[in-house]
Amino acid sequence: MSVARTRATARRVLLQLRHDPRTIALLLGVPCLLETLLRLVFEQHRLSFDQAGAPLLAFFPLTTVFLVTSISLLRERTTGTLERLLTTPLRRLELLTGYALAFGVLAAVQASLVTALTLGVLDLHVRGPALLVVLLAVAVALLGTGLGLFTSAFARTEFQVVQFFPLVVLPQLLLCGLLVPRQRMPAALHAISDVLPLSYAVDGMHHLTLQPGASAALWGDIAVVLAFALSALLLGAATLRRRTD
Amino acid sequence: MASVAVDASKRAPAGPAVELQQLTVTRGGRRVLDGLEATCAAGQVTGLFGPSGSGKSTLMRAIAGVQARVEGTLTVLGQTPGTAEARRRLSYMTQSPSVYADLTVTENLRYFATIRGGKMADVIEQVGLGAQAHQLVRSLSGGQLARVSLAAALVAEPRLLLLDEPTVGLDPLLRRDLWHLFRRLAAGGTTLIISSHVLDEARHCDDLILLRDGRIVAQLTPSELVARTGTGDLDEAFVRLIEAGALQPEPKETVT
Repeated sequence: MSVARTRATARRVLLQLRHDPRTIALLLGVPCLLETLLRLVFEQHRLSFDQAGAPLLAFFPLTTVFLVTSISLLRERTTGTLERLLTTPLRRLELLTGYALAFGVLAAVQASLVTALTLGVLDLHVRGPALLVVLLAVAVALLGTGLGLFTSAFARTEFQVVQFFPLVVLPQLLLCGLLVPRQRMPAALHAISDVLPLSYAVDGMHHLTLQPGASAALWGDIAVVLAFALSALLLGAATLRRRTD
Repeated sequence: MASVAVDASKRAPAGPAVELQQLTVTRGGRRVLDGLEATCAAGQVTGLFGPSGSGKSTLMRAIAGVQARVEGTLTVLGQTPGTAEARRRLSYMTQSPSVYADLTVTENLRYFATIRGGKMADVIEQVGLGAQAHQLVRSLSGGQLARVSLAAALVAEPRLLLLDEPTVGLDPLLRRDLWHLFRRLAAGGTTLIISSHVLDEARHCDDLILLRDGRIVAQLTPSELVARTGTGDLDEAFVRLIEAGALQPEPKETVT
């Protein structure tokens, strides 16, 4: 792994985003808008807001980063820049790690902003430290990058890549314990939710909501999310073919 | 030493930069390249000519190491194509411009220079884009875009340059300047393989490979092409070579 090539790739991806201020505004603004909406919807049910507020902080980076990453890589494929990159000394894992770093930075900004708004202005009650809320959100963003890069290997068009979103992300939302606690799900669904990474992110946010400080269980959840992210990244590198027809 | 390319002994300072033996590429069960035998001498400009669909781009992709289903032997600067070592030494410009539309010219070239482990140097001036250096690529004209794509291949001084139709759609003055640039690079020891379907450009090359339907019609120098076909018009010469299809088994196959 070359640090210089990886860093240059991360920098390049961020520069591309910088030339697209509308996308940045949407990436940062939409989660803030949604948390505000959630607060208004639960105006008469503060307890529900306190339960759902933090887990949603983990869900936003998964959706936004997944979509941005998978479409970016697909664009590299369709415009021919990916083919060109594969003829240079840049290694596939360096390319994907560059992407993960860039979107990790973006997610850190997004998570800090949304967390500050949600804990400050919207007055979400979280017992754990705010910094760990942000850390967990960034871990989920890395997961989103990994999943996005991995799934874009199976898409040939923008239409296909967008359809992977409901396939890869929405079942995780249904099973992560946000709608129904995982313990109360049918055994089969509970078992499935055990192998889906978002479940661990939401468990982690529940810990942060209910407990002060950082428990071993919380660190365990963060570790699982990061392990999933790393696996998806490695799988993405392994499925990226240098030679094509 | 295999002296496949006629006249190569006069100019070639070193051995061959690229060697193909029984190179075959299949796509969808069809042979898009069929048993190619050729050599590109180091430090020379080899022109790859042939109609659209003759296999020029496929051959370039095979040399660059991104083409699937390649059989036969292919040696690139003494390396197997696609390996880290081969990728460090060659640079490939794809036929359709492949640079980032949402970056400026300079940002694009700096990135390609860094991942190739070299400097951007003065490639922007070399391709005549000094005035556009800080413009977003998406705002450039088609010809300018093609030149950014070319510049991205020139950064970091590769030893082998694969250029797929680098002059298509450019105005004649610019085409002439670019061919001067290619000649200068070759004089400096760079090996260039350049595809084109404008046969007029063949005269800038040291050596020509004429492709048709995935086979080599002939490999010869521009002057030999004229001598063998009895016409100064390269386009006409190509037609005569193909019509005289009997010539096909190359006369230079006396390789030992």
